[in-house]
Amino acid sequence: MSDLLAQLLAEAPVVTDGAWGTELQARGLAPGELPDLWNLTHPDHVAAVARAYVAAGSRVILTNTFGANRLRLAGHDLADRVAEINQHGVELSRDAAGGRACVFASLGPSGKMLMTGETTAAELTEAFTEQARALAAGGADALVIETMSDLEEAKLALAAARATGLPVVACMVFDAGQDKDRTMMGATPEQVARELTAAGADVIGVNCGSGIAGYVSVCRRLRAATDRPLWIKPNAGLPALEGGRVVYRTTPEDFARHAPDLVAAGASFLGGCCGTHPDFIRAVCARLEHS
Amino acid sequence: MQDYQPLHDAILSGDAAAARQLTEQALATGVDPLVLVNEHMIPAMAEVGRRYECNEYFVPELLLSARAMKASLELLRPLLVASGREPAGRVAIGTVKGDLHDIGKNLVAAMLEGGGFEVVDLGVNVTPERFVEAVQEKKAQIVAMSALLTTTMPSMKTTIEALEAAGVRRQVKVLVGGAPVTQRFADEIGADGYSENAPGAVTLARQALHLV
Repeated sequence: MSDLLAQLLAEAPVVTDGAWGTELQARGLAPGELPDLWNLTHPDHVAAVARAYVAAGSRVILTNTFGANRLRLAGHDLADRVAEINQHGVELSRDAAGGRACVFASLGPSGKMLMTGETTAAELTEAFTEQARALAAGGADALVIETMSDLEEAKLALAAARATGLPVVACMVFDAGQDKDRTMMGATPEQVARELTAAGADVIGVNCGSGIAGYVSVCRRLRAATDRPLWIKPNAGLPALEGGRVVYRTTPEDFARHAPDLVAAGASFLGGCCGTHPDFIRAVCARLEHS
Repeated sequence: MQDYQPLHDAILSGDAAAARQLTEQALATGVDPLVLVNEHMIPAMAEVGRRYECNEYFVPELLLSARAMKASLELLRPLLVASGREPAGRVAIGTVKGDLHDIGKNLVAAMLEGGGFEVVDLGVNVTPERFVEAVQEKKAQIVAMSALLTTTMPSMKTTIEALEAAGVRRQVKVLVGGAPVTQRFADEIGADGYSENAPGAVTLARQALHLV
């Protein structure tokens, strides 16, 4: 295990951060606008999100680089700005952390499917390699591959990320099947744990999904299937539309109530995904301190 | 009576090469292509949907079966058209304005094609105007909209309003889907149907055009 991970895990559980996309929307990011571009156009807002998480108690914060791979950026005619957007993203988080939190840089899925031939393994490898190098160049402490629905794509991203020499967290989404315990492509927690472990992930995790309660049993099953530390970042449940506005009904307290269960189920890193904000992190920190 | 069960099974197991070959063999026996589609192939896709519902199948199996169905339909469709029998219906599908996510939309499009529909794929970030055009110019009977982002769901409502403003709302059935979309939301915006998954979208489309 890397020194960095060992240091962090010496005081586990480690509270990470909450959502970025929904936080940027609260600061004016328009529907359909690319969040990652804000690293260049609205750096103050991006830095404010990062600072808010550090102030709330996050010991690890991520970066606003989730969609900054060549394939996604191409949809916004920004494929030639991969390096810039990613490097700035890491720098903004690093400055905001000011040494008080580690910066784990985010890589999200390509948005293309291998199985339908929309993309190829070679194209994905190239895109993730380019992004991972830019994140490493920006000074990331580690890389986080998140919100993956397809294990094949996750493994390609993992290999590309590992080539930087940084520790790598690899996370999948479990939101399919009656019990919401399968990936979109049907993989079980056991299969995911086995394959990501074999592929060399330093930390294995789950994020997004259908809320925090359902991830307790997924976490337990991952724990039984791998010796790697576990990283859990559930969303604040599925959003609802009220009077034309999007709302997440899970409150910070509802969310935090499940935090001890996740730790008992084996989670070492704990934070939130879509719909969570600094108050969720504050509530999780408070709950874990008292348990 | 010929046994067309192997064709049914090839579609169910997602074997496109076998489906194509078995379709050729079936046609050589002089079977009515429409009988083949309605009595053997559509039921196979219905079984695919059932298996998906009960977690025996996941997305990869759906895609393989849809591909096998498509391979077979490519042989049958010209014959159906030549005898004056049109595809099940024409669907204009797209991810709504502001939203660039296409995986869910592509899955539904593949399943609809597998279900015998002609699919006009408008792509992602589709403006209400382009949906209206598809109805007016391509004569789509169904408009299928997808959104992955909560922030773009309101574009579904805008599109329905645009269809109304253009005077074509009554000509089409509007179906909606996507991770954050719910039946309640579909009802609120006046959509004709909502499905939480791709096989369900095919059932909805068939119901919308009174094919079942």
